[in-house]
Amino acid sequence: MAKRIEASNVTAYYGGFKAIENINLTVEPKTVTALIGPSGCGKSTFLRSINRMHEVLPGARVEGSLTIDDQDIYDRDVDVTAVRRMIGMVFQRPNPFPTMSIYENAVAGLRLNGVRKKSILDEAAEKALRAANLWDEVKDRLGKPGAGLSGGQQQRLCIARTIAVEPQVVLMDEPCSALDPISTLAIEDLMFQLKDKFTIIIVTHNMQQAARVSDRTAFFSIEKTGDPGRLIEYDNTQKIFSNPTQKKTEDYITGRFG
Amino acid sequence: MGETPHRSADAGTGGTRVTESHEWPAGASARVAEAPVSTRTPGGTGLGGGGALPRARAFGAERAFRGLTLAAGTAVLVIIAAIAVFLVAKAVPALRADTANFWTYEGWSPNEAQPKFGIGTLAFGTVLSAALGLLIAVPVALGIALYLSHYAPRRVGTTLGFLIDLLAAVPSVVFGLWGREIFINPVRDFSVWLNKYFSWIPLFGGEGPFGKSILLGALVLAIMVLPIVTSLSREVFLQTPTANEEAALALGATRWEMIRTAVLPYGRPGIIAAVMLGLGRALGETIALAMTLGITFGISFNLIQNGGNTIAANIANAFGEANETGRGALIASGLVLFAITLIVNITARVIIYRRREFTESAA
Repeated sequence: MAKRIEASNVTAYYGGFKAIENINLTVEPKTVTALIGPSGCGKSTFLRSINRMHEVLPGARVEGSLTIDDQDIYDRDVDVTAVRRMIGMVFQRPNPFPTMSIYENAVAGLRLNGVRKKSILDEAAEKALRAANLWDEVKDRLGKPGAGLSGGQQQRLCIARTIAVEPQVVLMDEPCSALDPISTLAIEDLMFQLKDKFTIIIVTHNMQQAARVSDRTAFFSIEKTGDPGRLIEYDNTQKIFSNPTQKKTEDYITGRFG
Repeated sequence: MGETPHRSADAGTGGTRVTESHEWPAGASARVAEAPVSTRTPGGTGLGGGGALPRARAFGAERAFRGLTLAAGTAVLVIIAAIAVFLVAKAVPALRADTANFWTYEGWSPNEAQPKFGIGTLAFGTVLSAALGLLIAVPVALGIALYLSHYAPRRVGTTLGFLIDLLAAVPSVVFGLWGREIFINPVRDFSVWLNKYFSWIPLFGGEGPFGKSILLGALVLAIMVLPIVTSLSREVFLQTPTANEEAALALGATRWEMIRTAVLPYGRPGIIAAVMLGLGRALGETIALAMTLGITFGISFNLIQNGGNTIAANIANAFGEANETGRGALIASGLVLFAITLIVNITARVIIYRRREFTESAA
């Protein structure tokens, strides 16, 4: 059920500001792809344009084409909510719905899709929470508020909420940047398991993390502040971190820049 | 890095100690030394202090301020107690003199030799008109608030929000005048129409005349509480964390589903508070209702026939010609109004408190 994503000449704007320019990149199904690069280079913008979350901000727009299994998600006739259901997203800061219990958070996506039957919801909640390695920690307090969990647990709850609707692709926008090392490790382990079912794209500032979890790595960069971000190099993770072809990539991963 | 320029900038804006105790490069210190140093005696011990520690001041600004705040806090309690004592002292003799049952008697003649007055009809009219007014106002207000916070383009939202706040600035006597002179006409026509087709519902029955009814009063009340409820709930909706809204959208929610999943639950305590404030205004509203209601004494759910009365409207209408007992009776009715408002507020608190676990972790 995981799908292949192809971006060609993707350019994204915030009002008059061009944030990324002409990104061309193909993501194979059931892989983990890491997007790395200095702050402001447009990795998050690119990530958010994959599930059309970029356009949520006022004045933001995307040009170029993005296809998922050859279907253009920016096609005029495509229902944007269907795109987002197919391409789930985990955010930088854990953001469980504060007024909902753990259980309600886990099934929030299903509820939105009109699933009402208790037995289906119960089953889906347990499945998603197990898949997110959270079930054992919360099974006795599913009725408690989701916001009462620790940061790492909240983030895993958000992952559970995302995968409960069984998307094809899971986007993660620096999912561990607000977490401690142990929680980070738990989420990285989780990514290895999720890769069997989903295509995962992760934005990270942590190069060790990119090296640990990803199969492919894309390095983004900007010339100077105010310039649009560009894709500098995209290759197997091993290649990027051992023998990059671009000088800029090498400078970045060796810490000489950014 | 760059410590020197940083500190000398500090000295320029704030204190004197740096320039006094250290030597700095000429360019930096020369400018700094001019103005601020003269405010303190040069050559003193400086803020860092050498020598013995100074004694704590017995009467400083700290203590004075503490005393002031304490006095302000106490004053509130004293005023409330004084009002309560006054009200009860005035009300009790009048209640003693009442020859009818204060709770159930349908009428208000406290100025007779045999005073007869009852609060039942007034309390009923107060609660009915306020409840009906809110029933009309709240859905509209929430709709406007959501439009302003989540649908309207920013500039439209700001302008419209300002206009609605302006509505709150209209004095209630103006609403009353407008209600009894102009708004009554469409309401009367509407009432006649309701009566023609829906008279089988007791709410819309009766023989007429129609117009100066609970319906008119409630509609005017609705317009009056609309701005409060709207602007408060708009503020609450705007405070919904973007992260939660995005989480809902990323799950494939439409805009309305996002509002239902993220905005409304988050804003719930705020909405309740807004409604309660609106209810407080509706319950206490005096002159607009005194001018738009039919002023009768009777308990009836009929909304469209001339009639209706409230505690506050009755006080406004009857105070002018009241004698000693009459005033006492009105004060007693004021106490009952106070009790009703109190109950409403406590109920609201309980509702908010019950969801505390969820709302607190949201903060």
